[in-house]
Amino acid sequence: MIELIDIRKKFGGQEVLKGISAQFQPGQTSLIIGTSGSGKTVTLKCMVGLIEVDSGAVMYDGKNFSAMSIEERIEIRKDIGMLFQGGALFDSMSIEENVMFPLNMFSKMTKAEKQKRVDECLDRVNLAGKNKLYPSEISGGMKKRVGIARAIVMKPKYLFCDEPNSGLDPKTSLIIDKLIREITVDLNMTTVVNTHDMNSVMEIGDHIIFLWQGLKNWEGNNQEVLHSGNKELDEFIFASEFLKKVKANYNKIID
Amino acid sequence: MYLQETLRQMYAMGVGSLLIVVVISFFMGAVITLQTAYQLVSPLVPVYVVASIVRESTILELSVSVLSLVLAGKIGSSLATELGTMRISEQIDALEIMGVNSRSFLVMPKLIAALITIPGLVIISCNVALFSGFLVASTTGVMSQDQFLFGLREDFVPFNVAFCMIKAVTFSFIIATVACYHGYYAEGGAYEIGTASTKAVVYCCIIILIFDYILAQLLL
Repeated sequence: MIELIDIRKKFGGQEVLKGISAQFQPGQTSLIIGTSGSGKTVTLKCMVGLIEVDSGAVMYDGKNFSAMSIEERIEIRKDIGMLFQGGALFDSMSIEENVMFPLNMFSKMTKAEKQKRVDECLDRVNLAGKNKLYPSEISGGMKKRVGIARAIVMKPKYLFCDEPNSGLDPKTSLIIDKLIREITVDLNMTTVVNTHDMNSVMEIGDHIIFLWQGLKNWEGNNQEVLHSGNKELDEFIFASEFLKKVKANYNKIID
Repeated sequence: MYLQETLRQMYAMGVGSLLIVVVISFFMGAVITLQTAYQLVSPLVPVYVVASIVRESTILELSVSVLSLVLAGKIGSSLATELGTMRISEQIDALEIMGVNSRSFLVMPKLIAALITIPGLVIISCNVALFSGFLVASTTGVMSQDQFLFGLREDFVPFNVAFCMIKAVTFSFIIATVACYHGYYAEGGAYEIGTASTKAVVYCCIIILIFDYILAQLLL
């Protein structure tokens, strides 16, 4: 389980996170949603230690990650997988080498065992046989899938996804969402997804946190999110005039 | 992984820079031979002295300092751009998340590769420049082949080669560290990567020139 306890972060004079507390359970896909500039990415980066919190704590299974030394953090990070917005694949390496990279760095597996594990992961993300291609030769959706394969190759306990659907068409987005959901359940991972894609919210939102101006404004799940009665959340979800009309008509029918 | 990355960097730096090093060195040797011969027109100075001057100029300055300035542009900008791109495309963040010490993994192989490859390029440059001097001197009638070879051997100070290598290693260190620093800490987008790359080259050149003076003052 990951727990955030009143985390705060300022950049210069601007307070981006104003005290966020939340819990993320294993086996669940937790989504952090919110408008651009609401603090989603900063929250995610604080959780993995890419940005230091000013105050508060990020707890991994009861251990205070924020107060750990670099060596202790490295140990925790071996249990973390992360999917970056652009994939963050190493350009100089093939798909296979990218996925094998964490194994080469930290695993004591034999070469054959590593190869087997890489093939399993690539098969899992439907990229079997694409081992020798390079990041420049594959599409955005494939890059994300390679990113997922690399993130899960070490069988992590925690998975973080930063905007996994950005730049993808709706159909590919759904494939990525389904994949994230499946591996979360199968590996019983604590998965935190940072998104503003409403398809993802409805598809994989076991647990949703809505951030608004650096604060947790609403918390619930995908069954509740459309009927939250929260003004800011409704403005976020039903942003266009068309969706506002759809909601009004829906409410009339319900009434 | 570190060895693999070091070899990749050595290949990129060495093979990638070989053509420009050979071309520059060839013309440097040819021009310095002709210009020295042009200036030393005196019956009191033996003609083979031209070869000695070409040798000293090449080993002490041209094939190491001038070449390092060229390599600061070629290798320095490449290192800064590579690391800057890795920074903005979150590849460095990805390494950190995996628990990899990104500074050690990214900078150390580049530094080791530079420390091995750049002195190697300097040695090649010295040889190419002296060969082109020999070729130009003998084909344009400045002096005979024997005179040039005699001049090359006359009053040869082996320490000058050691001095050349000391400079090469020092400049390699400067090129790798300064360029990696500017690339690693680049922030923003494409414009900032360009700025980081430019800064890396400018700072490399200035620091190389300062150390060129310091080393000459200390060691000669």
